[in-house]
Amino acid sequence: MSTGLSLDAASLPGQSLPWLQDFRADARVQYVAEGLPTVRSEEWRYTSLASLQKKTFTAVAPAASNQVADYHSQQLLADTWRIVLVNGQVDQRLSMLEGLPEGVRVMSMAAALVEHEALIHRYLGHAMAAIKHGFIALNSAGFSDGVVVHVPAGTVLDKPIHCVHSVSHAELMVNTRSLLIIEENASLQWLESYGGIDAEYLSVAITEVFLAENAKLIAYKQQTESSHAYHFAGMYCKQAPYSCFTQHHFALGGVLARSETHTELATAAECELNGLYLGAGRQHLDHHTQITHAQPHSISREYYKGVLNERSRGVFQGRIIVEQQAQKTSSMMANRNLLLSEHAEADSKPQLEIYADDVKCSHGVTVGQLDEKSVFYLQSRGLDEASARNILIFAFANEMVEKISHRPLHAALLTAVLTRFPKLAIQPVVG
Amino acid sequence: MLSIKNLTVNINEKVILNGINLEVNAGEIHAIMGPNGSGKSTLSHVLSGKPGYQITGGTIQYKGKNLVDMAPEIRAREGVFLAFQYPVEIPGVSNVYLLKAALNAVRKHQGLDEVDAMDFLSLVKAKIKTLDMDEKFLYRAVNEGFSGGEKKRNEILQMAILEPALCILDETDSGLDIDALKVVAEGINALRSSERAFIMVTHYQRLLDYIKPDYVHVLAHGQIVKSGGADLALALEKEGYGWLEQGQVSA
Ligand SMILES: Nc1ncnc2c1ncn2[C@@H]1O[C@H](COP(=O)(O)OP(=O)(O)OP(=O)(O)O)[C@@H](O)[C@H]1O
Ligand SMILES: [Mg+2]
Repeated sequence: MSTGLSLDAASLPGQSLPWLQDFRADARVQYVAEGLPTVRSEEWRYTSLASLQKKTFTAVAPAASNQVADYHSQQLLADTWRIVLVNGQVDQRLSMLEGLPEGVRVMSMAAALVEHEALIHRYLGHAMAAIKHGFIALNSAGFSDGVVVHVPAGTVLDKPIHCVHSVSHAELMVNTRSLLIIEENASLQWLESYGGIDAEYLSVAITEVFLAENAKLIAYKQQTESSHAYHFAGMYCKQAPYSCFTQHHFALGGVLARSETHTELATAAECELNGLYLGAGRQHLDHHTQITHAQPHSISREYYKGVLNERSRGVFQGRIIVEQQAQKTSSMMANRNLLLSEHAEADSKPQLEIYADDVKCSHGVTVGQLDEKSVFYLQSRGLDEASARNILIFAFANEMVEKISHRPLHAALLTAVLTRFPKLAIQPVVG
Repeated sequence: MLSIKNLTVNINEKVILNGINLEVNAGEIHAIMGPNGSGKSTLSHVLSGKPGYQITGGTIQYKGKNLVDMAPEIRAREGVFLAFQYPVEIPGVSNVYLLKAALNAVRKHQGLDEVDAMDFLSLVKAKIKTLDMDEKFLYRAVNEGFSGGEKKRNEILQMAILEPALCILDETDSGLDIDALKVVAEGINALRSSERAFIMVTHYQRLLDYIKPDYVHVLAHGQIVKSGGADLALALEKEGYGWLEQGQVSA
């Protein structure tokens, strides 16, 4: 299919590195043999890529247009560092990385392959679990650039790095690979936002995360792709003992978007995965998470909420694996969905695979409508029905926004969520 | 102010209210008592416009208008307020937000400007103090995790701020401890005026010790089977409802 490997091989970074050529060649073989995932695979049973297969997206990036600058200027966040990818290439001119602490490296993958080849060789491809699917193969074979962040031991970044992904042309396939390497006792806040022109395109972004002992990552993902865009993004994480990984994920855009977050926890490591998806029209928003408790005393907390209107469909597949030696694991997973239309659909599938015997694991799923008693209660206090419903929907969603403590980001996300409720003429609810 | 004539109400084909007649004038306090399941909450809900009830006969006039035709929010803006027997919890919506939205909805309906933020806060803080509530309640989600008594107090707080004309209190006294009952009763008494009427649904005389009703009605099997003055409540406290229900059967 033309989505894939009509790549101009010579234009990819790191072509002179034999190990990378092998890495890409292996991925290409896998991709050619297997293609993109299909619903026959258990992990993709709710998400058909048939509509994507019919598209012709090209991986050759034209020069950026003014629209990107427009999109980019809307994404400017106070109190952050910034690195910008336009059509899958880091654009240094739009980036802002001054004042990073001593020793912290934030650079393009292309530059890192030249200047820090050994570091990339050591990490690239090592954060994924054994099962790799077509999107990962596609990405490995053809990533055009990406971002590499290396935070040395003991260094704490006191504000987020905002990684802006934007697409400026229709029918592009944008394919990036990033690495976040966080050494012992170091700490990083990382925000990815995705968007582009109001047209069809495909963005594929894979981020591998390596958290050394007692390292900490707070990752935010703001998926605000065009309403015609296809989006696949995976974050795959390896957590050393006592490390801590938190993700806040907001899935708002795209016609078909799949997000994967996988992490593997060593002794006493912790992860917290929060997600909010707001579907409207015919959006299909899929979330696949996999938490592997590989060693004892690790903790995972997962909370995903979905609001699904019109003919949209939300998918949550949460897999938790507790390996035999991972005693004293504590794991909680919840997924709550609000269906606002009889044509909307929520598919929720928690999968617990527990091989240890001394563990505390719980999971819960709800799919429901707005509580009519609450609607009436608000009406009985003088609020009209439409406002009452909007307030309740917003309140449901806002619980996830309220978890964001970085003020400029909180404000941006609040705006992004509020714009999804056009009839909602209200201010933030919980004061 | 309120005139209910021969009101009959069904829930899913089942008759719940079976010919209610009740006249309430401004300045009056009416207590409604009666056995569990007799239809007291149903009457309260129907007055506030809760969906799910079929009005199969009779009329309800409020300030000369047909109440049945009004949407619940219009009734609220026109001054009908129900303090619920079981107030709902609304996660994610703060108390102070709801109070402000509600007050502004009422003010807008009355042709007034939105309340100034500072004025609003000092109003709310004054009211919350008279109800002996902590200001922290303002910033908590509406009723979420509130104790039974805290929820009831919160209903009265909303009432105190909205200053409705017709206050319907459905078992506001149930679940209140002795001190809280006194505070809530004082809150209600503070709202008494010649322009305002109260319908208080209660099972106990103890509320009526603080707020003396002008009329007491007994609702049984969907009908008002007996009406009287404040003494009737005392008699009921002593004798229960048995004698009335028998009287109704033979009548
Ligand atoms: N949704 C419903 N479906 C069927 N029956 C209902 C419904 N709601 C109320 N009822 C019935 O209507 C009758 C009156 O209920 P209501 O709640 O009005 O009683 P009440 O007088 O307020 O009782 P209590 O003193 O226990 O609060 C009861 O028999 C109750 O079971
Ligand atoms: Mg009742």
